[in-house]
Amino acid sequence: MSAALRIAPLVFVAAVLQVSAIAGARILGAEPDLLLVTVVAVGLVAGSIAGAGAGFAAGLLVDVMTLGVLGTTAIILTPAGYWAGRYGETTGRGRRYAAPVAAFAISIAAGLGGVAIHFLLGQPVSAREALVTLLPSALLAAVLVLPIVRLCRVVIAPPQQYEPARRVELV
Amino acid sequence: MPRGGERRAAPGAVRIHRYNPAVPRNRTARAAVLGVTVRRPSAGKSSSRTTAQSRRRLVVGILVLVALVLVTLSFRESDNGPVSRAQNGAASVLRPFQVAADRIAEPFRDAYAWVDGLFEARSDAEALRDENESLRQQVVQAQLAQRENVRLRELLRFRDGPRLPDGFQGLAAAVISRPAGAYAQAIVVAAGWNDGVRVDDPVVTADGLVGTVSRVGTRTARVRLLTDDQSAVSAVDLVTDAAGIVRAGRGPRAPLRLDRVPKEAVVRVGDTVVTAGWESPRFSSLYPKGIQIGRVTSVGRTDTDLYTQVQVEPFADMSSLQAVLVLVPADRGTG
Repeated sequence: MSAALRIAPLVFVAAVLQVSAIAGARILGAEPDLLLVTVVAVGLVAGSIAGAGAGFAAGLLVDVMTLGVLGTTAIILTPAGYWAGRYGETTGRGRRYAAPVAAFAISIAAGLGGVAIHFLLGQPVSAREALVTLLPSALLAAVLVLPIVRLCRVVIAPPQQYEPARRVELV
Repeated sequence: MPRGGERRAAPGAVRIHRYNPAVPRNRTARAAVLGVTVRRPSAGKSSSRTTAQSRRRLVVGILVLVALVLVTLSFRESDNGPVSRAQNGAASVLRPFQVAADRIAEPFRDAYAWVDGLFEARSDAEALRDENESLRQQVVQAQLAQRENVRLRELLRFRDGPRLPDGFQGLAAAVISRPAGAYAQAIVVAAGWNDGVRVDDPVVTADGLVGTVSRVGTRTARVRLLTDDQSAVSAVDLVTDAAGIVRAGRGPRAPLRLDRVPKEAVVRVGDTVVTAGWESPRFSSLYPKGIQIGRVTSVGRTDTDLYTQVQVEPFADMSSLQAVLVLVPADRGTG
């Protein structure tokens, strides 16, 4: 099964849960964003192109389900997935704390990007409210991303079995 | 045995070659570079790394461009445009999934709300006992006033604007999407054009006014909440008849504002604010008269302000809406 077919259900479930179940919830001042975290996790596990594609599809799904202006969420989540993928492919490769660092930084960038996009569209935005929730939400994203990355590794890239060498001989 | 101490490797073993110090350790950078015997790729051909990088940038560029085009089309066209129609169709397809997710999440939300409510239960109980006392007295006075009101209306042959529940029927609809983030003060409900919902229909809960329908799909509708900056409701203080316009506060969690209240008007903390429901020969308010909106929490006047600053706490909790009533005029057919 191709990676796209494995990523699609993950993104779909995350989008539906985010819109119908999680949106509006507040945990210690933070607004959980399962969808952004999932897109970041997909980018880290499957690479930048898969991350960008997942972000685009996830954004479109949210905009369709909320009957909002089509493309506003996609335009934020596409670079988010791409950057997560690039970070995973370069600086963050093999690093233990790559996922929380990426989720934290991208969460803040996505929050600021969201305010900017809605401001450009002439939609009223409470920048103060957005900024107040930005830091706790980013911290929550950094925590949430750990199990989501693990889930993504299981679903998207199952670990390959290597046969270990039985002996090492110096020649 | 092979020459030079080499031995034949056993089958299946990993071969590790010893480091061959052909280049001295203290070589200069120049010697290291010039000493390389590997041919450089020609400048004309791009390496696989550059190709992959270009491909990545191309893909993300195309996706962002498509998103930008969609934003432009969706933002500029009317509700009957092709993009909106496609969006409505897709929303109808996704509706069952949203409803299912909502139902699955409901017990968890309730449990969270229950735990959250425990912390405030004691103080709430005290306040509710006091409120109950005063409400009992008000009920008696209201019954007397209502009887008198009926008699006076008959005497005056009074003609009134639309008033809830007369002339409207409440269409119950589940909330399938909640406000996400600081810049989305809207919900999506599981009722749409096919159910008789139209743009600007008022939406209420048992607690009070919630907002108006801002966009209608086939089987879903988007509701702009009172906490959205674009919402404005003409309202009156139920006790003093001071009139104003209820608008969103400074943030989504902030209380509402009762704007345009003249300085000479009397508004007191604790007063209930309801929809004014005005009607003129050409225009009328979107809202029926008498829907409760909220309670006045603070009143302030300064010498420099033109109007009295009034803050109103909405009765309906916008962050935990699960079902709403869309008020549809009784004479409107569905479909």
